[in-house]
Amino acid sequence: MAELCAVVGVGQTKHAACRADVSIAGLVREAVDRALIDANITIADVDAIVIGKAPDMLEGVAMPELWLADALAAHGKPVFRVHTAGSVGGSTAIVAAQHVMAGVHGTVLTIGFEKQSDGNAMWALSVPIPFGMPVHAGAGGYFSPIVRGYIERSGAPKHIGAMVAVKDRTNACKNPYAHLHEPDWTLEKALETPMLWDPIRFIETCPSSDGAMALVIMSEERADKHAGPKAWIHATAMRSEPTAFAGREQISPRAGEMCAEDLWRKAGITNPAKEVDVLEMYVPFAWFEPMWLENLGFAPRNEGWRWVEDGVTEMTGSLPVNPSGGVLSSNPIGASGMLRFGEAALQVMGKAGEHQIAGAKKAVGHAYGGGSQFFAMWLVSSDKP
Amino acid sequence: MSEADGLMRLRLPIAVTYNWSAGPNATSHLAGLLEGKLIGKRCPSCLSVYFPTRNGVCPKCARILAEDVTVGPKGTITTFCIVNVPFLGQKIKLPYVAAQILLDGADISMQHLIQECEAEDVRIGMRVEPVWRDRSEWGPSMENIEHFRPTGEPDQVMGSESGAS
Repeated sequence: MAELCAVVGVGQTKHAACRADVSIAGLVREAVDRALIDANITIADVDAIVIGKAPDMLEGVAMPELWLADALAAHGKPVFRVHTAGSVGGSTAIVAAQHVMAGVHGTVLTIGFEKQSDGNAMWALSVPIPFGMPVHAGAGGYFSPIVRGYIERSGAPKHIGAMVAVKDRTNACKNPYAHLHEPDWTLEKALETPMLWDPIRFIETCPSSDGAMALVIMSEERADKHAGPKAWIHATAMRSEPTAFAGREQISPRAGEMCAEDLWRKAGITNPAKEVDVLEMYVPFAWFEPMWLENLGFAPRNEGWRWVEDGVTEMTGSLPVNPSGGVLSSNPIGASGMLRFGEAALQVMGKAGEHQIAGAKKAVGHAYGGGSQFFAMWLVSSDKP
Repeated sequence: MSEADGLMRLRLPIAVTYNWSAGPNATSHLAGLLEGKLIGKRCPSCLSVYFPTRNGVCPKCARILAEDVTVGPKGTITTFCIVNVPFLGQKIKLPYVAAQILLDGADISMQHLIQECEAEDVRIGMRVEPVWRDRSEWGPSMENIEHFRPTGEPDQVMGSESGAS
């Protein structure tokens, strides 16, 4: 049986379009120092380090783990790097937790990061394939047809995406670390923003951000002796599937459903919508909020958009989604998944500040990556299982 | 935060040329394109027809795809995106429609350009056909097809295939 473990430290950078004040190493170190201070330990107390970032092409820096070992003071410690595209922040935290669950290490530091301003992710995600047709236009170009499929299938009214975006941008104003602080959005103004990848509007897209998130995960034995709030990791789950295969359900990928089913089973959750207090979900394009609500088993098929319209996912709703402002307000791609996982931890630790959901006891972090093909989730709680 | 006085930021271009070993499956696909043929492969297990067949295996069954199957040339739009956003390396004038097209006889859609109609007239279920470039411009590439255009046939009812891969 896996050993119990907990998040005892959370540290993140201020996310911004361009953190020209720091190198990648400096950005990572900023998050790490904050996580270590939050956990009230030093790097000497850390047994192993697990890092993750999105594909190297996005920053134009290959294998940063080779030189980040210095910035992380990893001398004499094992360092691992995890790759799962956009979900990497989530799967990296899971790999870190699994080192502790396996009883191999007692204290593991994990980091997700991305300095998008050092590269050109839109270019990296649109590189013409010589033997293919160069019509592919970034992540938006990939996901927009799938969003169109969802709108067609579910009969959702066209304003749902903009509603999600306004909610997340408004929530982000309560999060000092969020990249975008834009308090003045209204649904009317949001609907006036141009279509970039029709049916995806400007307001419904995530920014490009520089940023990092670091977590300290401890074994039960150590965490029990550790003062301060903890986020006990009740369950983790990961699933993947090929990018493309005949008959693939693109709108609600089977791997996402399986990942959630596995998480609910391991965490003993029978009614996610009732039992989960806060959900930090990976929503880089606003329409993915209703789509993932359905995919993860919160809302019935084709009804996720009604939850958005009814305000269920607002901070005041029965299932607050992305009180941090989410990926729509900060998107350092390699960190974005870990931001979801770390924000879920902050909520159950009672340390989310102005975007705290009062009394949150169970929170879920979710990340997806690639062509909706890698899924990672965890459920954390203020209480032991 | 965005301004850091006195700190350098250097602009450093990278260029790399790769060799790509296409393998037998992609080779038959690319060799077909040189002849103006759309050649896919059938999975011996689930019988799904893949076009193109870049990896040479069925992603569902992990069986090696061996049997050549000619698909298309007509197809049906399963979903699409109207691209209005400029990006580095872009070759096509904005706005343009990038559509997922399920070629007749294939079981998986591929992405291509729709032209010869207004973007707002493109529909899920619309029937389309390829417009090939002049043969002198052909290479081992889907770019041999300049674009797809509406055939004028009645729309196909897509059902569960709408938005599918």
